[in-house]
Amino acid sequence: MTRPAAEFSLIRYYRAGMRMGFQREIQYRMRTSMMIVGFMVEPVIYLVVWTSVSEAQGGQIAGFTTGTLAAYYIVWTLVRVFNLAFAPGAWEWRIREGRMNEFLSQPIHPFHRDFTFFAGSKFVWSIAWIPIAAFLTLIFDPVFEWSAVAVAGFVVAIWGGFLVRFLLQYWLGMINFWTTRSSAVFGIFIAGELVLSGRLVPLELMPRWVEGLAAWLPFKWTFQFPIDTLIGRLDGAQILSGIGMQVLWSAILGGLFIATWRQAIKRYAAVGN
Amino acid sequence: MSQPAGPVRLAVTHLRVSALNELQYRINFWVQLVNSVLALGTGLVAIAVVYTHTESLSGWSQPELLVVLGVHLMIGGVLRTFVEPNMWQLISDVEWGKLDYLLTRPADSQLIVSVRAVNVWSSIDIALGLGVVVWAAQEIPNNVTLSGVAAFLIALICGSLIIYAVWLTAVTIVFKTINIGDLMQVLNGVYEAGRWPVGIYPIWLRGTLTVLIPLAFAITIPAEIVSGRVGWWWILAAVGVTLAALLVCRLVWKLGIRSYSGASA
Repeated sequence: MTRPAAEFSLIRYYRAGMRMGFQREIQYRMRTSMMIVGFMVEPVIYLVVWTSVSEAQGGQIAGFTTGTLAAYYIVWTLVRVFNLAFAPGAWEWRIREGRMNEFLSQPIHPFHRDFTFFAGSKFVWSIAWIPIAAFLTLIFDPVFEWSAVAVAGFVVAIWGGFLVRFLLQYWLGMINFWTTRSSAVFGIFIAGELVLSGRLVPLELMPRWVEGLAAWLPFKWTFQFPIDTLIGRLDGAQILSGIGMQVLWSAILGGLFIATWRQAIKRYAAVGN
Repeated sequence: MSQPAGPVRLAVTHLRVSALNELQYRINFWVQLVNSVLALGTGLVAIAVVYTHTESLSGWSQPELLVVLGVHLMIGGVLRTFVEPNMWQLISDVEWGKLDYLLTRPADSQLIVSVRAVNVWSSIDIALGLGVVVWAAQEIPNNVTLSGVAAFLIALICGSLIIYAVWLTAVTIVFKTINIGDLMQVLNGVYEAGRWPVGIYPIWLRGTLTVLIPLAFAITIPAEIVSGRVGWWWILAAVGVTLAALLVCRLVWKLGIRSYSGASA
């Protein structure tokens, strides 16, 4: 038997996978820039609405100044593209088109393949984000409270948020193994995330009970937490405990996924044969 | 030999066949209903949150904004029912090389690509949107007149045609260079901007939404007619913009077809 040229290791696989994700994304620069312009519309809408509300209230609402709100939504765009993860609905396509067989016959779990692919593309997205951020900064005058702790915390928090959201969507995607009408479930998930993550508005602007509810759910740690970290609304201890919550949710969702995946695969074999 | 069908009959027949096809799948109605109610719900939440912090948003009261939301939902329903399915069909035909067969038919090619597919269940959004408009309009101190209702209907038809023209134009221009799924995502992102009155946006965005992708005429104007913020003569402007958009769309389509050589060949 011939020896493989290089020993397989998961670390090496991750590096190669991320490089592929990066390379694929950088080929389609036109597409990436167009997508990011599309992504810009949503925060600009929120920014305009809340800037005008805040100005009508004398420049301050719920502890946010007009400048902090601007900073919030500018960082929002980066967190949004960083949070992009494997769409739960895509499993339906994989199952319907028989693509699952290909993944199942490989010795490595498809999670690694999908995760590294998305992770690699983040570098391209981050570069594409810079001109957008510069443009929005010129127009909306954001106020940041920079600190080394905030920047370092953000670098960890934004990857943590991506991991939590990726696991959440990956786990949700398993529904497709049980039903072909999963889009209603994903609709509920998307609506819940919009309201409970800080994507629509910072949770402080919501009624108290919504804010309370959000603390018990994973969404906030994928959206508002990384944003708050970078714009300087959190101190060192709060950043650390937030990262702790990301670790906790990753463990919970990862466990749920592994358990569900085992059942899903059994079911898939039953359907496929 | 019977006469070839006129364009109207051709369109109606096409739409009827695809509607009947779609109507077989009853469960999809419930899936769509859940998704539509959720979309409406998040729209209502966003407006409710804004008005817990203020009385008026750039001079718009809460019921006036709800009318905008309703119109946005209605035109969005038209978009998802009649326009988007046809765009997907068109792109799939280009990819598989089937557009060539369609171009050899004697009927007008733009007409055929525009009426082949219909996503019946998405029309729930049209009904829900109308419900929101009627409900919110009662909160606005403004007399409902027959001419007002007529003006609103004309504005809605104009809005739908504008959206159709812009979407087909965009697809015709870019289908050779950009993945259509990505384009749809971007266009849908821009469409979301119409949920709020175009007048609240900064000048560069307002300009884009008035000239390039005229959501101002497609959504804000019909809503302003309901809430009595603009006079009926704005209808004339909306009709003018509609005609211009359709004309541009026609020219771009003709040019696109002339230079089309089959993507698969």
